[in-house]
Amino acid sequence: MAQVERLAFMGDEAVAYAVKQSNVDVIAAYPITPQTIIVERLSEYVANGELDAAFIQAESEHSALSICVGASLAGARVYTSTCSQGLALMHEIVYATSSMRAPMVMTIVNRSLNAPLNIHCEHGDIMAERDSGWIILFAANVQEAYDLTFIAFKLGEDPSVLLPVSVNMDAFVLSHSIEPITPISDEDAAKFLPPRKYEFEVDADKPITYGTMALPDVYMEFKMQLKEAVESSAKIFEKVVSEYAKLSGRRYWYYQSYMIDDADAIVMALGSTYGTLKTAAKKLRNEGLKIGVLALTMYRPFPEKQLAEILRNTKALVVMDRAYSYGGIGGPLYTDILGTLYRNDIKIPVKNVVYGLGGRDFKLDEAEAVLRMALDGAEAGRFDVNVSWWGVKG
Amino acid sequence: MSEPYLRTVKDITIEERFAQGHRMCAGCGAAIAVKLALKALRGPTVIVNPTGCLEVSTTCYPYSAWRLPYIHVAFENSAAVASGVVEAIRILNKKRGKKLHDVIVIAGDGGTFDIGLQALSGALERGHNMLYICYDNEAYMNTGIQRSGATPLGAATTTSPAGKVIPGKQERKKDLIAIAVAHRIPYAATASIAHPVDYINKVRKALEIEGPKVIHVLTPCVPGWRYPPSESVRLARLAVETRYFPIYEVENGKLRITIRVDKPKPLEEFLRPQRRFAHLLRPENAHILEALKKNVEENWQRLIKLEESGVTL
Repeated sequence: MAQVERLAFMGDEAVAYAVKQSNVDVIAAYPITPQTIIVERLSEYVANGELDAAFIQAESEHSALSICVGASLAGARVYTSTCSQGLALMHEIVYATSSMRAPMVMTIVNRSLNAPLNIHCEHGDIMAERDSGWIILFAANVQEAYDLTFIAFKLGEDPSVLLPVSVNMDAFVLSHSIEPITPISDEDAAKFLPPRKYEFEVDADKPITYGTMALPDVYMEFKMQLKEAVESSAKIFEKVVSEYAKLSGRRYWYYQSYMIDDADAIVMALGSTYGTLKTAAKKLRNEGLKIGVLALTMYRPFPEKQLAEILRNTKALVVMDRAYSYGGIGGPLYTDILGTLYRNDIKIPVKNVVYGLGGRDFKLDEAEAVLRMALDGAEAGRFDVNVSWWGVKG
Repeated sequence: MSEPYLRTVKDITIEERFAQGHRMCAGCGAAIAVKLALKALRGPTVIVNPTGCLEVSTTCYPYSAWRLPYIHVAFENSAAVASGVVEAIRILNKKRGKKLHDVIVIAGDGGTFDIGLQALSGALERGHNMLYICYDNEAYMNTGIQRSGATPLGAATTTSPAGKVIPGKQERKKDLIAIAVAHRIPYAATASIAHPVDYINKVRKALEIEGPKVIHVLTPCVPGWRYPPSESVRLARLAVETRYFPIYEVENGKLRITIRVDKPKPLEEFLRPQRRFAHLLRPENAHILEALKKNVEENWQRLIKLEESGVTL
């Protein structure tokens, strides 16, 4: 572990710095708020000769991701970034990317989808791609957005994985907030991420037909392979985070948690809300209240087994969703958790809190109220309402 | 390139990079266009192909007709996928000596004139070193002959049928080469499968030129144009001889007609064998036939003027 200076970065800048240190070969992107700073910084690095990569500003997100697929199949280390409308425009190619087993890293600066037009934080964009076969990671702060970028490259490019990885980072809350981070050194980054090696890269000496047509007699077998690849990537994730821990001193896992071991009730969320919940939980713990907080770092593949072990030991759970399934039974994380509990024979009351859509603030006092609500549910052995939309006006 | 790559058909290599046994229709003009284009390769080459007849008929897993790297991703994005392949190979060549490859897109008219036009424009503007070949059968043939931006005035398709009130497509064909040339690319050309030496020479010439290049080749379609499979090349020739599909190139903005047609045959000779135009030869639709003839003649005269004036496009 080399000694490095602490740096102050906005989330977007920290990610761009990590991408530069990852020695990428091809970057293709299209500007969209609040991702723009990432691609601006990367184009500066390339323009100033600090990063030897092809920087391609595509004419749309659809083309940006298509460029990335071509570049990845050709053997390059590939990076892109988008959010919201841009991710929705990519949708068709999002599925092609994972199914063609074209590894790349995409930072998604999670933002709401139209309409109404809104550029602020929400997880609805990535949730629309939830079932695509991408590995989905969530950062809770700027340091994590930085670290997970390296982990994502290493994981996706592993020859036994070969999958695209998205690193999700809350719009503005992280993308535009300056936080101190401890980077890894360029030498350590190069050691962790040597140039990509891809056995099946485009090469006229070994001609391969990529993206064939597959009819009903074989299509399901292709998809079964995708399913198995995504699920077994979890084992490689364990290996990769352990290697990164040796390098950085920071250990990542499927989830992160605060005081869950003896918790009467747990509140769980994705992204930066974890920090808010944790701060509020500290206060409640000081009052002697047994509350725990949980956040997923890895959302796909879904760490069902690990979560079941945790949730078996608590009395009530509040699942916070910054997205919603309209006409469904709740938010996406909530329904994943309900399935996990049922399948693992865990019978505890669960409530879904839908919050922060379109960037509505979720403040410390509100976090405290949600934690207290979880504890009330534990005491009562039930919640009165299954799903509540937090803080919606009259 | 002062000397042309080929002088006569006898110079065409017998090596086949497009394997026999694919599932294109008997007499398919697109299959001929692909086979001929691959006779012009100068070294390691990658093919990018959007969704369409060519893709579904040549890559049905576990078979492939491609004896060179081939990538299909989706319908509208071949120019973008190719951009990524070009730039990845360029940077990997610089960083670790990966062998340089020529990158050729082979796309149908639907994937070029319509749904893929934005990706094509983006790629041409960015200037990637690639050759984009559009094989134009003048409709969405893979989905069953629906009109496209390349379908000519009057032609009947399944979504522009020869109805009693609306007899065939009411709009004229887009000018793909004019669109390509508007990006100020170094080379753009039309070609015909009935003129293989001209066509292969253009593909080879394009590969030798650095930057983005576009070749537009007309490919008769047996089920779409509705004629016997034996007639494909003859129809492609008639398209040239009637001035329906002029054969020219635009190099650094200078237009040159490469197959001169001083005494054009009547347009009806091209139209009559094709049932998609059958209604145009009936008296009640004479005005559409006249309009199509006018389009054809105006276009030819425009090309002649551009060539003679020597103006830089």
